[in-house]
Amino acid sequence: MKHRNLAIFLISSGLVLSATACGGDSDADADGDVTITVACQPAKTAPKQRQAWDDDVKTFEKAHPGVKVKSTDQQPCFDPKTFAAKLAGGQMETVFMAPVTNYADVIAKGQAKDITASTDLVKNFGDIRQDVRDMLTKDGKVYGIPNVSYTVGLVYNRALFEEAGLDPNSPPKTWDEVREAAKKIADLGDNYVGYGEYGGGNVGGWHFAQSIFSRGGEMVVDGKAAFNSPEGKAVLQTLHDMRWEDDSVGSKLLIGWEALMQQMAAGKTGMMLGAPDVVTDMVQKFQGDKADYGIAPIPEGKASLTGGEAYMINPKASAAETKAGLEWIDFQFNTPGKGRHDYARGKANGEAVGVPNNDYMGDSPTGQKLAELREKDAVLPVEYYQPYVEGSKSVELKLEPPMAQELYAVLDVAMSAVLTREDADIDKLLADAEGKANAILAKS
Amino acid sequence: MDTTTVQAKRPPRPQRRPPSRPSSRRRTLRTNITAYGFLCAALFCFALFAWWPIVRQVVLSFQENNLVDEPKWVGLDNFRTVVEDPAFGQAWKNTITFTFLALLCGYVIPFAVAIVLNELRHARGYLRFVVYLPVMLPPIVSVLLFRWFYDPGPGLFNQMLDFVGLPGLSWLDSTDTALISLVIVSTWMNMGSGVLIYLAALQNIPGDLYEAAELDGAGIFKRIWNVTIPQTRLILLLMLMLQIVATMQVFIEPYMLTGGGPENATVTVAFLMYQYAFVYGGNYGAGSALGVMLMIVLLAVAAVQLRLTRDEKR
Repeated sequence: MKHRNLAIFLISSGLVLSATACGGDSDADADGDVTITVACQPAKTAPKQRQAWDDDVKTFEKAHPGVKVKSTDQQPCFDPKTFAAKLAGGQMETVFMAPVTNYADVIAKGQAKDITASTDLVKNFGDIRQDVRDMLTKDGKVYGIPNVSYTVGLVYNRALFEEAGLDPNSPPKTWDEVREAAKKIADLGDNYVGYGEYGGGNVGGWHFAQSIFSRGGEMVVDGKAAFNSPEGKAVLQTLHDMRWEDDSVGSKLLIGWEALMQQMAAGKTGMMLGAPDVVTDMVQKFQGDKADYGIAPIPEGKASLTGGEAYMINPKASAAETKAGLEWIDFQFNTPGKGRHDYARGKANGEAVGVPNNDYMGDSPTGQKLAELREKDAVLPVEYYQPYVEGSKSVELKLEPPMAQELYAVLDVAMSAVLTREDADIDKLLADAEGKANAILAKS
Repeated sequence: MDTTTVQAKRPPRPQRRPPSRPSSRRRTLRTNITAYGFLCAALFCFALFAWWPIVRQVVLSFQENNLVDEPKWVGLDNFRTVVEDPAFGQAWKNTITFTFLALLCGYVIPFAVAIVLNELRHARGYLRFVVYLPVMLPPIVSVLLFRWFYDPGPGLFNQMLDFVGLPGLSWLDSTDTALISLVIVSTWMNMGSGVLIYLAALQNIPGDLYEAAELDGAGIFKRIWNVTIPQTRLILLLMLMLQIVATMQVFIEPYMLTGGGPENATVTVAFLMYQYAFVYGGNYGAGSALGVMLMIVLLAVAAVQLRLTRDEKR
């Protein structure tokens, strides 16, 4: 009996210990091969895209003898909530993706490797737009290879425009025109929303920044909040009037990034601010009709927050891993006709090819080649996005302000106030937000 | 003096006890070795998954730490950061208001429901299942269900109000109703467990106490006041503490339904902790400082409760 009890104890202790034991992967095999881990493999729920990725891995390994690629399929690819813990726990991939909103933070915290001496491994690195490359450069050192860049525009429902007697080929160019069009769409009937806007979850403040930049205003100047300005007031006043005078922005406070896209894809929302990939998501994820959507440049078009993403190398990667990682980035994300830019394969796999969601190469030879291939294999009506393509060329790119998320949280209050309270005092809201923002900025 | 001579004159040492008779301590140890083994395994798990993270949290609250570079000791800076945050006061106010309202609804309603269920003679099993059903739903499902209920357009609640000729409410979209809307979700999600615990306590009350009360002419409310509540006082006190601890950590409802808005009307302490750690660029130190503050408050509540329970037992 005692022996049995002892055995139970030993087994239970063993289970506890084995469950909590930590293991580690070796990056180099005994024969000198290099193994790298790469992020962003498509999920199992997208079998065709996943197969295409796996095929690319095989092609790459064949072209680079001695390099083994292990893919990870964490969704989303970059999650700020787990990023630092993954890095600290040695779980970060050799090649990982970061969105433009996190470039500065990742670089400042030393979470990306300095790859200045190795950028020549990415063959067309010189064709990438200088302003886009600059976002990943600090003190003359390069910390990542951009592969997506875009400005925010006005995504609109062409079918609703026609229904409301508006010309879908002449989308609104100013915020007054947006308000006018929104009212006509909302007048179509119950539950029609002319212009959708966020009121919380930090996306409210983020869209405030988009809107104020488009009007020529600023968020932060010389380390101090600059949004308590005529442009800032105009942003809130327009929204307030659209909500309470025109009833054209709906009565539901939207807080999640996907909430507005879902509402727009449902077919009763006329316009929203968004990057071109919003159209891709609405068509692919939310079953919107691809023939319904057009994209115009952001109203007024003075400036826009830039969006995009880049691939970076784990700061703990060895020289051999860094080399292999950059070769993977070159192959998979930066070569026309290969990997991500294999639009013919994307079309065959049923992807929504055609949205001008990437202008990181600009008018360089590589950029022109990418645009040509994308249009050649487009399944979406590219002519509906031409106003955006043309109009966005003159829109100034803006980076996120310092302490962006904290400022967005502060501005969420003002955005939600004008969308939920008819008696909202805009001057007071902006003054309060300015005081709070300055306190936050002073500490940074 | 020659030491060897002295040693030689010493009397011979007494022989050790034969090994066949172990001391009572060793005997006790041998008897209980299995229990100690299980205890060690449990202590190991607690230490690894509960106590060590608490210690780490306290340490983090005094550090600037991005989990990659060497941590830097910053004294009370993290505490200053959160105290000076414009949302700090609002978060505590909302948390305390939520806790009070959640106790008002989530404490009284389950107890009343348990009393009613205990009195029923028919369909008891079915009704218990119905009451407990929301607990079996994953919280995220319940919250998403309520998101539709609260929709100002086609939402269930406004449709019901419309059906009886009343104007619709803004529910989550108004500073006046957002917090109470979250309380309703929380109560609906969690009352099943409370009802079952109260039911178990009620069924342990001897029936002759009620009979005696009835013979003395006590009505239903007097029976509840003079028999039910005194007989279930200990469990009521325990549930009070558990509910305070749980509701003060409210997170999923504001996170999923309101994002802390409108106008910070539903920002809670736990939500603000999340914002610091995972939204504001990984400020783990400030998030931990806020967590330490919440922990101290909850410890104080628990201490008061333990004191009250001890007095009751005496």
